[in-house]
Amino acid sequence: MTEIAILSGKGGTGKSSLSAALATLASKVVVADCDVDAANLHLVLHPDNYREETYVSGQKAVIDAAKCSHCGACMDYCRFDAIRQTNHTFQVIETACDGCQLCTRVCPEEAISMVNQDKSRWFAADIPNGKMIHARLAPGEDNSGRLVNLVRDQAREAALELNTDLILIDGPPGIGCPAISSLTGIDKVVLVSEPSKSGIHDLKRIVKLAQHFRVKIYVVINKYDLSSSLSKALEDWCQLMRIPIIGKLPFDRLVVDAMVNGESITNWAPDSAISHEIRKIWNKLIQHE
Amino acid sequence: MKIAVASGKGGTGKTLLATNLFNVIQQSGYAVDLIDCDAEEPNDQQFIKGKLQGQQLVTQNIPVIDKDRCTFCGKCQEFCQYNAIIIVRSHQHIRVFEDLCHDCGACGYACQSGAISWQAKTTGTLTTYEYNQHSLLVEGRIAVGVYSSVPLISQAIKGAKPEQITILDAPPGTSCPFIATVNEADFVVLVTEPTPFGLNDLRLSVQALQHLNIPFGVVINRGGLGNQDVHRFLTENKLPLLDEIPFDRRIAQLYSEGELITNNISAYNKQFQELFIRIKKQIEHDRDSHT
Repeated sequence: MTEIAILSGKGGTGKSSLSAALATLASKVVVADCDVDAANLHLVLHPDNYREETYVSGQKAVIDAAKCSHCGACMDYCRFDAIRQTNHTFQVIETACDGCQLCTRVCPEEAISMVNQDKSRWFAADIPNGKMIHARLAPGEDNSGRLVNLVRDQAREAALELNTDLILIDGPPGIGCPAISSLTGIDKVVLVSEPSKSGIHDLKRIVKLAQHFRVKIYVVINKYDLSSSLSKALEDWCQLMRIPIIGKLPFDRLVVDAMVNGESITNWAPDSAISHEIRKIWNKLIQHE
Repeated sequence: MKIAVASGKGGTGKTLLATNLFNVIQQSGYAVDLIDCDAEEPNDQQFIKGKLQGQQLVTQNIPVIDKDRCTFCGKCQEFCQYNAIIIVRSHQHIRVFEDLCHDCGACGYACQSGAISWQAKTTGTLTTYEYNQHSLLVEGRIAVGVYSSVPLISQAIKGAKPEQITILDAPPGTSCPFIATVNEADFVVLVTEPTPFGLNDLRLSVQALQHLNIPFGVVINRGGLGNQDVHRFLTENKLPLLDEIPFDRRIAQLYSEGELITNNISAYNKQFQELFIRIKKQIEHDRDSHT
């Protein structure tokens, strides 16, 4: 099985637009949208026949006021400042609670219990050339990395079912837990960058992370025509690091038009120069072994 | 007063908004600080070129096990909710996985034989820069490979001075790092772009902020691209549109070079000053309607 992830460090560089295009170019594919905070690919990949499942992201503590003797032990022990005292009642600040359960253990009255966080969902659906899995982490719920792992597990199952070897992962921005979970154990990563100082800064950090996981790295420069000098700087740095640049895409309003019309760019304007360039990227990516 | 600049989708222009807002506020003579809470990929410092004032290492506690004292009873493993301690009793083997540890202290509480002590592990840095004598930029930056930026963000925001304005440049998304930032804010400026992806992610951010009961307003960036659905969404849900920044190639170019648009294009300087006034009015309005 080949797992290819599209990541970027910096947000808004065009990850999802490129992922959508690559997904529609594949003959048979499972798409795993691992941006569990803000999944978008379902808007352009025509998913159908939805299955929705609950994801228990973790647990949060709740204090039973009737049993509480106001000793304050829970507040003293909590390292997340998640317990607040107002007048004479102790309360858990839901958004601060990390679910470690230490308060339930130190409470002499056994007044604290844990409740499941079950507002997050994950989805499986059919797309014209395969399946897609995506998820929605409820606002403020934890363990986005674990949800990414779940999406990837489901994608692998779907790939077996579908009898395909290919999984395409659209990753989240950043380099924290969901990005780490999107990178772990994959074969190739395409890093979408842009010629800006922040783009280059962010690329360097995610390259470092991807190298840590020994993943084969490719770079695509998006909106390369934004600045020729910074585009050159980006290329020079990649060359120095021996990272192949497998494509350079110009800024093109057609990409936005495609999105507005609920299509990937390669489906919306298959004969455009940018779609042609993306097909070249795709060919390089699946041929490079 | 703390104003967070946030968005569900990455790359909508949070940093553009935060740094330029900070710039015009400090130009009008206000004491204002900027805290870059996008600790995974902090970029504010490229636009706000201040004088380095100091750097502080941010650490978390990691349990260290004294194997001479450890009885391999397994209590710490049982108490750890993060699978960060593995014990193989038959082999008298115990191991701590530092990357998985959340620094909750449960293992230390569990241990009856005094075998656990704490060691500090660096998870990132807080760097302070002085800008035009009366303003500060604080940059939070997690080390590559660290899972969660939440403890670092919390620590960065703790340093905010309550008597003055502080701008928080929030991380993208709606999960823990975002919550850790906006939860500390008195008002949130949500930045979006007028595209289907922008709208989808705006909806999620709006739900999150309404759930947390934090007042907010919306700025549309790259106006003129895409379609009118974001405008329609705001009107239908009676959400305040604070400003619209046009799609302008000059903005993209200045941004790519690490330049502030409010220092280079006077029309935008004026627009950001007016935006600041509108944010202040919106905060007062929200405050009045609350009391």
